[in-house]
Amino acid sequence: MTRVSFHDELRQLQEAIAALAVSVREVIFRAVQALEHTDGEAGERIVAGDDVIDRRVAELEEECYKLLVLHQPMAGDLRTIGAALHILIDLERMADHGVDIARTAVRLRGEKLIKPLIDIPRMAALCQEMISRALDAYVQGDAVKAEALVALDDVVDKLYSQVFRELLLIMMQDPHTINQGTQLLFVASHLERIADHTTNLAEAVLYAVRGERRELND
Amino acid sequence: MSSAVQEPADAPAVIRSRGFHLYYGAVGALKGIDLDVPARRILAIVGPSGCGKSTFLRALNRMHDRVPNVRMEGTITFDGQDIYSPTVDVVDLRRRVGMVFQKPVAFPMNVYDNVAYGPRLHGLMRGRAQLDALVEQSLRQGGVWDEVKDGLRRPAASLSGGQLQRLAIARALAVSPEVILLDEPTSAIDPIGTARIEETLQRLAGDYTIVLVTHNLQQAARISDRTAFFLNGELVEEGPTETLFHRPRDPRTDEYLTGRYGGGGSR
Repeated sequence: MTRVSFHDELRQLQEAIAALAVSVREVIFRAVQALEHTDGEAGERIVAGDDVIDRRVAELEEECYKLLVLHQPMAGDLRTIGAALHILIDLERMADHGVDIARTAVRLRGEKLIKPLIDIPRMAALCQEMISRALDAYVQGDAVKAEALVALDDVVDKLYSQVFRELLLIMMQDPHTINQGTQLLFVASHLERIADHTTNLAEAVLYAVRGERRELND
Repeated sequence: MSSAVQEPADAPAVIRSRGFHLYYGAVGALKGIDLDVPARRILAIVGPSGCGKSTFLRALNRMHDRVPNVRMEGTITFDGQDIYSPTVDVVDLRRRVGMVFQKPVAFPMNVYDNVAYGPRLHGLMRGRAQLDALVEQSLRQGGVWDEVKDGLRRPAASLSGGQLQRLAIARALAVSPEVILLDEPTSAIDPIGTARIEETLQRLAGDYTIVLVTHNLQQAARISDRTAFFLNGELVEEGPTETLFHRPRDPRTDEYLTGRYGGGGSR
């Protein structure tokens, strides 16, 4: 009987982590939206909300340790919890990057953007998609789905180079754009990092499902 | 070697089982076991009730010899010699391959005589001083000396379960065995007593080869160097303990360790 309840609890933990990932996606989406509209107030709300995610990460970490201590799981169950601890750290970092993007929106409050944002929202959309797929792979124990994330990370990396070149060109043409141009470069860099974190999630899934340690992002 | 997932050990094998089958009447209890027991290591054998782990352990010192209707095929060698060969002296085999049982049994005599019984029987000792020294050494190795040294003449039955089990280990050690077989030695012992026995076994592993049958998975994980997983009379997987409990390669092992196998897994 205890086993049944343990597996229920493990399933609930995985679902809670998936729900947290939805919140992290939301932070990234709203942060980039605030940036697109240089909406400082929206940015501030996102910054203020970061505590909620941090607290939730801490709670779920506790839950992992509780399951480890009370049930002393082994094999696949042990790896699922080990992977959860990694995933929680990565989700927290991703949320932090999202908050940094929101801070940029606060700094650029009310400014006119030096160019309409096209590739940055595209990067953000890809990041959100990657987070969803990584968590689906985790909950479903689907290593193949996790491996497939690498292809999306490559697309994000290409977009990042594209944004970088484009912004550099704009700044070279008009030094007045340097302040905002640099801020936008940082935003692109944050998104690129978020995508890297999702490949960490994928690595955690490979470990959980197959017991395999493999760098997906080289 | 059979189809079981196995990884080579880092120590030479003292006992080798090859294609070993054991039948109780028409029922196959062990089905073609190919397993090496590495020297001076702890090998744990785990698996659900009825998987054949105790049957296999008992086969290692011929405890099935007097059980009616038991039939065996294949070979088990100890130090290169087939233990089921008619030329083998079973008494000597059991001295070299000792057994400690689940329920610690005290001979109806005092602590000292319990340990001295085997050496006296085998005529291993000459003189009182030598026997005294052997009894002390065995009790020390068994990790129970400090607790019994002031009451060596007390009846062994007055000891606690955990002390009695360590006395049983000391008694097995007193006849200078090379291999010690233990069949669920802590299942009737409280956690502190269990911890003492585990410490004792780990200490002994440097000098003796230990085979431990246990249904306590955590115990196997804590103290063994290698673990073998038996299921329905077959060896499913054997390898370094860390590997087996962390990333087993056979899905049946994973199902058992995570308690998903047929509901029979015990923790």
